[in-house]
Amino acid sequence: MDNVIRRQTPMARLLRALVYAALALAALFYLLPLAVMVLTSLKPLDEITAGTLLTLPENPTLAPWIKAWGEACTGMRCEGVGGYFWNSFAIVIPAVAISTLLGALNGYALTKWRFKGAELVFALMLFGCFIPFQVILLPMAQTLGWLGLSSSRAGLVLVHVIFGVAFTTLFFRNFYVSIPDELVSAAKLDGAGFFRIFRRILLPVSTPIIVVSVIWQFTQIWNDFLFGVAFSGHDTQPVTVALNNLVNTSTGVKEYNVDMAAAMIAALPTLVVYVLAGKYFVRGLTAGSVKG
Amino acid sequence: MKTASTLATGRAVPAGSSPGLAARLQTWLPKLVLAPSVLISLCFVYGFMLWTFVLSLTDSRLLPSYDFVGFAQYARLMANDRWWVAATNLGVFGGLFVGICLVLGAGLAILLDQRIRQEGALRTVYLYPMALSFIVTGVVWKWLLNPGLGLQAMVRGWGFESFTFDWLVNPDMAVYTLVIAAVWQASGFVMALFLAGLRGLDDSIFKAAQLDGASLPRLYWRVILPCLRPVVFSAVMILSHIAIKSFDLVVALTGGGPGYASDLPATFMYAHSFSRAQIGLGSASAVLMLGGVLAILVPYLYSELRSRRHG
Repeated sequence: MDNVIRRQTPMARLLRALVYAALALAALFYLLPLAVMVLTSLKPLDEITAGTLLTLPENPTLAPWIKAWGEACTGMRCEGVGGYFWNSFAIVIPAVAISTLLGALNGYALTKWRFKGAELVFALMLFGCFIPFQVILLPMAQTLGWLGLSSSRAGLVLVHVIFGVAFTTLFFRNFYVSIPDELVSAAKLDGAGFFRIFRRILLPVSTPIIVVSVIWQFTQIWNDFLFGVAFSGHDTQPVTVALNNLVNTSTGVKEYNVDMAAAMIAALPTLVVYVLAGKYFVRGLTAGSVKG
Repeated sequence: MKTASTLATGRAVPAGSSPGLAARLQTWLPKLVLAPSVLISLCFVYGFMLWTFVLSLTDSRLLPSYDFVGFAQYARLMANDRWWVAATNLGVFGGLFVGICLVLGAGLAILLDQRIRQEGALRTVYLYPMALSFIVTGVVWKWLLNPGLGLQAMVRGWGFESFTFDWLVNPDMAVYTLVIAAVWQASGFVMALFLAGLRGLDDSIFKAAQLDGASLPRLYWRVILPCLRPVVFSAVMILSHIAIKSFDLVVALTGGGPGYASDLPATFMYAHSFSRAQIGLGSASAVLMLGGVLAILVPYLYSELRSRRHG
């Protein structure tokens, strides 16, 4: 590769420098908001009004983070976003687990036990991935009321499972299609049952797609706002709703540093997942949109 | 596996001659496993869509009522200024968002495909906003774009005293702040789609074109991009879908304001259904949103399913 570069003309070298410059500029565009968010969250309020966005903090402080976590007002209450942060986990974990398990079983049944109409069933479910959720919001609110699940975490888990299963089924179906049928038919002839084949043959090779599905569902549900704001109560809000309330609560001086600290708190779990497992994150994003 | 198939010949015959309860259960099991999800889909997706449509034909206000008024709510919607602002905004926002994301995404992917050092790190940087909630994105950009202490103040501090960047509080420009923030969030994803597409192309295309003496820009414009038509197609579908559903970003960044200058249909629907006690009108707007998604989706799903059957 070095040879290739050395043989280039000055013109080509200039072009190459331009390419790098453009890429670096783009990187700045993407990084700027994150940098500003972190810097602002570490500054005392007087430094914010005196300096500019990119001024480094002179006396860095974690006070805004502590306030955002435990004291800042979100609407009528002033308990910070900490409790809502755990709310989000309490909603996300069961919803991710249930929807992934259901998706895996559905994908398995659709591909390895093909029956008449399986394609139709899949198309029917796939459609659920794409509807604008506004169209189910009002009936869902009423149904949750009838089920006694209004404003409860269990209600939110249910909603996320219902509208997540379409995605997880899509992931697992497309993954299991590529696993040779011979393995399964041999086991079937051998008398192995539905669940036994799933456990012994499909599950051991499913790790990558399980990771994709878990990460996708985790990010989707953690970042959800629409269901959270429509179906949660004061105690059961997810952190995105609490963050929005915090930012829009106007009592006295606007504390931008606390806003930014709260935004970081709400962003950290998905950012950590992205940094640790970016490859799988991208695979989830592109699943079903780019074939192969 | 060899042992499994030899054993199978011995066992398959008795199992076939007397299908017991267990065997019959086995043939039903896959359908039983699928049944809950299919039921969920039928009730909560299709049933609810129908339900919302029914609501849109009623005079429901604070609570759902079932006094039918025909298409009166749609007529009210068509006569509603705020709806037209929201619908026009969606056109402006959606068009710019999709267009800029495509250009930026394709451009970055092509540049990244030039055997760049640190490609992995750059890719990570371009794509991380996609992991964030639109609420976080909205909160951050609201801070960056606020005229008093944000970018405007920063550039003025550099000595450009008359620099003005107050789109956030300018009713004519607020909708463009949505475009900036949404492009920031989603363009890296389009880059990833294009990069995957470029990597999937056969090297021989590049070689043949280079032998022909085609210049690099010409090569990309005339040869490579046409090969990536399916990627463009998918990206347009996904992005327009994000645009139509955009709700959280508006809530966090502009709140639909100033006034209702930056409303989108999703925020219009939410405001009328949940805070303005206009359930009938809200439902009608939701049904129109669904119509918009269907217009984009049906050709997409059709081509997806068709290519799968061939593939």
